[in-house]
Amino acid sequence: MSEPVVEIRHLNVDYPTRIGVVRAVDDVSLTIERGEVLGLVGESGCGKSTLGMALLRLLRPPGRIAGGQVFFNGRNLLELGEEEKRLLRGERISMVFQDPMTCLNPLQRVSDHLVETIRTHRPEVSKKEARAQAAELIDRLGIMTERLDDYPHQLSGGMRQRVMIGLALALNADLIIADEPTTSLDVIVEAQFLELLRELQQQFNLTILLITHNIGVVAELADRVAVMYAAKLVELGDVYPLFDAPLHPYTRGLLRSVPNIRLTDDDLEIMSGVPPDLYNPPPGCRFHPRCAQVMDRCRLEEPPFREVQPGRSVACWLY
Amino acid sequence: MSETTFSPVDTSVDWAVRKHRSLWGDAWRRLTSLNTARAGMVIISVLLVGALLAPVVHHYDPKTDSSLRDRLKPPSGEHILGTDNLGRDVLVRLIHGARYSLLVGIISVGIGLLIGGILGLLAGFVGRGLDNLIMRIMDIILAFPAMLLAIAIVAVRGPGLNNTMVAVGVVFVPIFARLARSMVLSIREQDYITAATCVGVSRFRILFRHILPNTLSPIIVQSTLGLGSAILWAAGLGFLGLGQQPPKPEWGAMLSDSYKFLAKGAWWVIVPPGAAIMLAVLGFNLLGDGLRDALDPRMQT
Repeated sequence: MSEPVVEIRHLNVDYPTRIGVVRAVDDVSLTIERGEVLGLVGESGCGKSTLGMALLRLLRPPGRIAGGQVFFNGRNLLELGEEEKRLLRGERISMVFQDPMTCLNPLQRVSDHLVETIRTHRPEVSKKEARAQAAELIDRLGIMTERLDDYPHQLSGGMRQRVMIGLALALNADLIIADEPTTSLDVIVEAQFLELLRELQQQFNLTILLITHNIGVVAELADRVAVMYAAKLVELGDVYPLFDAPLHPYTRGLLRSVPNIRLTDDDLEIMSGVPPDLYNPPPGCRFHPRCAQVMDRCRLEEPPFREVQPGRSVACWLY
Repeated sequence: MSETTFSPVDTSVDWAVRKHRSLWGDAWRRLTSLNTARAGMVIISVLLVGALLAPVVHHYDPKTDSSLRDRLKPPSGEHILGTDNLGRDVLVRLIHGARYSLLVGIISVGIGLLIGGILGLLAGFVGRGLDNLIMRIMDIILAFPAMLLAIAIVAVRGPGLNNTMVAVGVVFVPIFARLARSMVLSIREQDYITAATCVGVSRFRILFRHILPNTLSPIIVQSTLGLGSAILWAAGLGFLGLGQQPPKPEWGAMLSDSYKFLAKGAWWVIVPPGAAIMLAVLGFNLLGDGLRDALDPRMQT
């Protein structure tokens, strides 16, 4: 854990629409160290996927980065030209998507996908060599090399997701962004997949940004956790301290609303209210309308995101 | 993972079987298992054989082919489908006419597919101003009644088979442009296109290696159906005297030459070319429907 792979400083992402501007990522600052798994959790629509796409510079129009800086290995990503961005993708930053069923081109074989990825960035590698690398790669991912020439529809969901990981690993990317990688897998396959991901992470010292709303997945894999609420970062810390003693009332609520097999129905607490409308966010702390410990100050002033313990930051007036 | 428990013998067998399977192979298997598609293929094969072999096997010169003594003879051993008003054998003309119908179909669909396909691809992929420009021009072409447009083109350029092909081709351009554009628009929003962008694949490669192949199956289906309607169009123009000029044996022209004799009870001059047109169109439509089913990605399991 020496120099950070990614350093995000005060990043803003806007979606201008006809009825107003939605700030989907609001003043987020975050660093990801080499070799760590950072879990990014939050409700649907809180901006976590947008943050991931912004790192790849792949925001869908009209989405745009409205301010801030993103340093990747010391280079400001926001100053890159089209061609530089293209070369960065895959080679340095890779992405694993939510639904492996739709992420592979149905007309391309597994080998075509891998060979294409390798040769896009290493044109000097011959097709034969790239194919050999591809075979080695899927073998390492626990897929029989005989299936190298299968089409995606001949593979199971878990296998496809492993192929997606293979695409990310093909070039030893410095950062892998995994956006809800297990959401569409069933629990057994999910467990196998997480196991594999953890093995690979340790073996290759991968840096992973794990975007998910599944607290269990984060607990399984992540070293640190960042919690987002309504486009803002509300809490950041090492995974176990944060889960054992959540500071922000939102984090507490989020953790309490995870169903647990040992609890009866009565113990599952559901947070009341809904996330705010980002066209018109509430003044002060964005969580105050749903917060049980709301104070007068919360309604007026926005709490700063600051370090309250070593390695632990939170945006709340309670601390 | 559990895959490693397979014995080496099993995997090698599996490997051998799988190696010979491709997407097109699978589609072909599905196509040949459909009775309707098979019927379509039989009809089209007969047509193709007639069109390709007739000039080789039997030299036919329409200019010298007439024997007025044998005018309007009903079907007999000598003339299986009878003779027309100039004493020409209907069957011979029918078989030689297959060439023109197929030619019109292939060339005009080719024109429509090539021009329309490229325009649609560009409109869908580049978007914005270019999209607007191309599609508004297509809208203008579509605003003309298609038959009127074809007649106008032939009227300006003069009757004949070549101009028939151009006219029908122009009618097809907006159809293919719209289809290609709509396919590109839906395919480029697919996750696998985003995923390909994410691993750094270039825009050019995304268009030609990822988007284009995925748009092909509806375009193939549309082309096959287009062949049928092109034949119908050509026959229609031929009937109006704007297509292939007599004495060449084009089916539509054969109809228009001889419908007057139906009143005299000479049904055999009318029914064979009419039936040939119908069968050809039916054949391509059956094949097109079969292709639609066989190429449906939802059936790729």
